[in-house]
Amino acid sequence: MGPLSSRLFALESRRGWTVFMGLAAVLMVVVPVLNLAVPEDSWLHVPTFWVTTLGKFLCFAMLALALDLIWGYAGILSLGHGAFFGLGGYAMGMYLMRQIGERSVYGHPELPDFMVFLNWKELPWYWYGFDNFAFAVLMAMLVPGALAFVFGWLAFRSRITGVYFSIISQAMVFAMMLAFFRNEMGFGGNNGLTDFKDLLGFDLSASTTKVGLYVISALMLGLVYLLCRYVVTSKLGRVLIAVRDAESRVRFLGYSVTRAKLFVFTLSAMLAGIAGALYVPQVGIINPGEFTPAKSIEVAIWVAVGGRGTLFGAAAGAVAVNGAKSLLTGIAPEIWLFFLGALFILVTLLMPRGLVGVVRQWRERRAISKASHSDSHVSA
Amino acid sequence: MSLPDSSPVLPEPHHIAPETLLYLDGVSVSFDGFQALNSLSLIIDRGEMRAIIGPNGAGKTTMMDVVTGRTRPDQGEVLFADRIDLTALNETEIANLGIGRKFQKPTVFENLTVFENLSLALKADRRILTVLFSGISAEQTERIEQALETIRLTAQRDRAAGSLSHGQKQWLEIGMLLVQEPDLMLLDEPVAGMTDAETEQTVELLHEISSTHSLVVVEHDMNFVRDLDCRITVLDEGQVIAEGPMDAIQSDPRVIEVYLGR
Repeated sequence: MGPLSSRLFALESRRGWTVFMGLAAVLMVVVPVLNLAVPEDSWLHVPTFWVTTLGKFLCFAMLALALDLIWGYAGILSLGHGAFFGLGGYAMGMYLMRQIGERSVYGHPELPDFMVFLNWKELPWYWYGFDNFAFAVLMAMLVPGALAFVFGWLAFRSRITGVYFSIISQAMVFAMMLAFFRNEMGFGGNNGLTDFKDLLGFDLSASTTKVGLYVISALMLGLVYLLCRYVVTSKLGRVLIAVRDAESRVRFLGYSVTRAKLFVFTLSAMLAGIAGALYVPQVGIINPGEFTPAKSIEVAIWVAVGGRGTLFGAAAGAVAVNGAKSLLTGIAPEIWLFFLGALFILVTLLMPRGLVGVVRQWRERRAISKASHSDSHVSA
Repeated sequence: MSLPDSSPVLPEPHHIAPETLLYLDGVSVSFDGFQALNSLSLIIDRGEMRAIIGPNGAGKTTMMDVVTGRTRPDQGEVLFADRIDLTALNETEIANLGIGRKFQKPTVFENLTVFENLSLALKADRRILTVLFSGISAEQTERIEQALETIRLTAQRDRAAGSLSHGQKQWLEIGMLLVQEPDLMLLDEPVAGMTDAETEQTVELLHEISSTHSLVVVEHDMNFVRDLDCRITVLDEGQVIAEGPMDAIQSDPRVIEVYLGR
């Protein structure tokens, strides 16, 4: 336990831990208290809708961390991470579907409504086991992980890198979308899975459940962050940076680039799956829209805006861009896509290191001016 | 990586002397009709330092690519140590067998510090999960510090490798080779772009290294090769045209023709 805990403390600087703990306290204590304990007519009250919206953003932040782990550190730009997020979401959706039982419109004890509608007589084999929560959670990680493993193995073994990898990852998520749109796939076609009632017996429409899901999202985001931090500060993290900067040189050092990439890509897909599984009960629906190629590209924009190659930046970028999206689509929905496009171009041109890069630069400049200030003071 | 078991060892006892470390016989490589190596044969002994010279396009770098698994030969045998067939292995496997390489253009990991570059090269278990969970031991740190001293970069220990001068990057790459502890080091133009003083120091460094390692140095700077004071192989058009000590090489009519006749 000794070496592990010391390794844990070494994950962040003192200041890093202060910020981490401060954010954790605000997200996990202050927000829920302002929602549950403060009366609704008080100006301090945080509406449940906001809590759930923030919970969604935290899931997106997890997805951004997953992408940053492979893009920012190993140089693998996946434009198909929505596939893993969506699969995790479907695994959770299947569990929630099975929980509905006889409360569905058609009232069939076992078959979800869309299957009754399709005149199916029995549950397809791949729906077995999803009435068990633990099994569904496991699948939310294992299915995206397995897809990433197979996809990654084929791609990395053939040394497909850079923009070629990005393109085939787009093709992958597009293929997933087309497949899940088909009713015969058995995942509800274009309507997806929805009308969820409860999770582990907790009523999903109750605000305590909603706040609970939000707190779990915040907790998981913190854990996922620390896990990613562990990976990038380990020796493997330096191998990944080396792969990003000079891939073939790493091979001549005796590291298997294929295995290193495969490991981190699979891990990233599993984290994306967890994010998707937490997202679905909060939004109440999962459909093939999650596999739209544009959604996967948007994830890369969050990471770029926040600061690629800095885990904190990726998470902050996801929250910031989605916050802006919520605001703008409320005021003027038709300009949102133009705004997103402009944002991506401006960030790429003006702040290649993202929001985190801007903050760092500003801090460095302030430190320098402070130093020169005190210098002139001494010489005067 | 279960390398030693799966490495293809030729069953037939070839006539290879026990002191042979690297054995190339009849190796041919062509790219789109261009014959880069033309039935090249070369033997490097254990503990030997060998310089390989030749005009541009003679096949020096291709020869290194073949030995390190980057290029597969169309024909010929490439054997290492106990008759391990290198043509059946990839770059990673060959590196783990004990062949280290320094590239013509220095390729260090620019965003990592000098120390981190060396720690990645350090001889250690390369399996992914071990790499994920392992820390660095005091003994390993000590070895890196030693290498830093040998390559004269102790003062640059915590600087990003990208901020080093060209010559320092070359040394860092040599240092990375050192801590990798290979049985055979291949150095492609180690003094390219170096100042005279840096070149001199590099000669010294290579002599130091050659007392404990087998080295193959590819170079076209004749003065540098003379200072190395070792056996020389001259390549031209993918073939060996001469081999021997400097004096013999310099008076060889074919070498003179290749170097001066065009």
